[in-house]
Amino acid sequence: MGSITLKSVRKAFGDVEVIPGVDLEINDGEFVVFVGPSGCGKSTLLRLIAGLEDVSSGQILIDGQDVTHAAPARRGLAMVFQSYALYPHMSVRKNIAFPLKMAGMAAAEQERRVSHAAGILNLTDYLDRRPGQLSGGQRQRVAIGRAIVREPSAFLFDEPLSNLDAALRVNMRVEISELHKKLATTMVYVTHDQVEAMTMADKIVVLRAGRIEQVGSPLDLYRRPANRFVAGFIGSPNMNFLEGQAAGTHDAHAIGVRPEHWRLSTSEGAFGGTVGVAEHLGSDTFLHVDLDDGTHVVARAEGEFPVDHGDRIHLTPQEGRVYRFDQQGLAI
Amino acid sequence: MATRHQTTLARLMVAPSVLLLLGWMIVPLGMTLWFSFQSYNLLSPGMERFIGFLNYEYFLSDPAFWTSMRNTLMLVGGVLVITVGGGIALALLLDQPMRGQGMVRILVIAPFFIMPTVSALVWKNMFMNPVNGLFAWMAKAVGAQPIDFLAEAPLMSIILIVSWQWLPFATLILLTALQSLDSEQMEAAEMDGAGAFSKFTYLVLPHLSRAITVVILIETIFLLSVFAEILVTTNGGPGYQSTNLTFLVYSQALLQFDVGGASAGGIVAVILANIVAIFLMRMIGKTLE
Repeated sequence: MGSITLKSVRKAFGDVEVIPGVDLEINDGEFVVFVGPSGCGKSTLLRLIAGLEDVSSGQILIDGQDVTHAAPARRGLAMVFQSYALYPHMSVRKNIAFPLKMAGMAAAEQERRVSHAAGILNLTDYLDRRPGQLSGGQRQRVAIGRAIVREPSAFLFDEPLSNLDAALRVNMRVEISELHKKLATTMVYVTHDQVEAMTMADKIVVLRAGRIEQVGSPLDLYRRPANRFVAGFIGSPNMNFLEGQAAGTHDAHAIGVRPEHWRLSTSEGAFGGTVGVAEHLGSDTFLHVDLDDGTHVVARAEGEFPVDHGDRIHLTPQEGRVYRFDQQGLAI
Repeated sequence: MATRHQTTLARLMVAPSVLLLLGWMIVPLGMTLWFSFQSYNLLSPGMERFIGFLNYEYFLSDPAFWTSMRNTLMLVGGVLVITVGGGIALALLLDQPMRGQGMVRILVIAPFFIMPTVSALVWKNMFMNPVNGLFAWMAKAVGAQPIDFLAEAPLMSIILIVSWQWLPFATLILLTALQSLDSEQMEAAEMDGAGAFSKFTYLVLPHLSRAITVVILIETIFLLSVFAEILVTTNGGPGYQSTNLTFLVYSQALLQFDVGGASAGGIVAVILANIVAIFLMRMIGKTLE
């Protein structure tokens, strides 16, 4: 079991209100990702759930139990930190067994759980090494192992992949997703990387300045962003926004078109422009286009699209793929 | 990487300072060694002659030698235990967020700036004096018999005074080490259910081990040669109860005017220091791996 409920949780550091009030429901077994730009309060929110910070007001419930003032260790949660926070002078085995030792578990049971976790995470050969002798990915796995052995009701991840290089990050992303499928335990995952959010999450929580902008499944957010911020944050490359006359014809203050939703043509279309940088990836072509009214947009063409710097190009939004926003930036 | 040419040049450039330092060390050492084989008393000038190991024989068979040897080790050991233990405790306290932190830290460091003679005299006259001292006053306030510290427990008193001087140093080094402890590690331990005591034994203490080694090493070097505190308080007495090796060499040379015997004592002290250094280096090698 591992459902987490936040009821108007508020957090202030002195006079600075970091989280003005958050209500959120996390269901048992869900993979929830908190995503948002840096400084949006997503890590603080996670630390509030973990109990490493005290809430200023509001309530946190885990499985219906009020744990607002419970000590971190009593909440039955396990956390994986950004820096891994391994204990440098202990072997991998002792690192993983540490929470069990603190709980006063019998040595045989400790050993059984450690070797089980090591088996899941491919760490069996490294159990007697020190963290300093491991690579970044292995350290990451040790940190996860230390979380697994406690058999917590939910895992908390605080930007766990940000210290890894790009290739390893993709691997670990898949590994964590697989782990979630295998354990079927609630996971709360904090990241500023929307690709991680889109690929891993069952439910994404988009945060800005301590407020929840939108909650929903990855494709929900992609298809029906509630406002301009979410629309711009979800999707890669970012959504293009057009204002003024172009928006007027769609009866909106601003319209948004995703790079993959343009129809491209070298001869005719709704908006004319000049190709700036053209990125030819083979599978896709990304074109950075300066429209005639000065707006800079990005367009994606599938496969190869033979244009180059300085060429004329015409873009037309696909039917029904135009997002409309009002003066306040809310979706119409 | 340096080329061979650069290495040669670097050696040439360093050579003058190396030679100066070598001379600085080797001349006094050589002269001490030379005097230690001479019968050389300041009261009978012009009578110097070579007497082989006789000075060493006299010095080592002097009952005061073994007493002072024991006192030296007790002094070093006692002060180390108090300063490292107290230093860890103080560092843990000072690491807590509190009002007026900067001021408190300066106050804690203050004893280190006071010269040894002054602090020893302050302790002797203002704290430990059996008539006017603060301790005597406190004893009298509760109706107890005041203790004449320097007469009844001279070595312990000196250990106390020297500890008071060195506690700030240990605290300072250990505090900086403590502040470099990763806060996420502490939080992880908290999530893992470690209490304050477990966090201390499993995280803080191993993290401090290097700093503790450094404190022990540096303090030992200075504590082997404690002198001023003994001179101004007990003068090595009563009897030889608070005489350490340094003080014994001093009394041999400047109270008994026996330069030869004192030189032999000096060489013995050098050998002792080197034995201690070997042990320390091994210990350091282990913790710094």
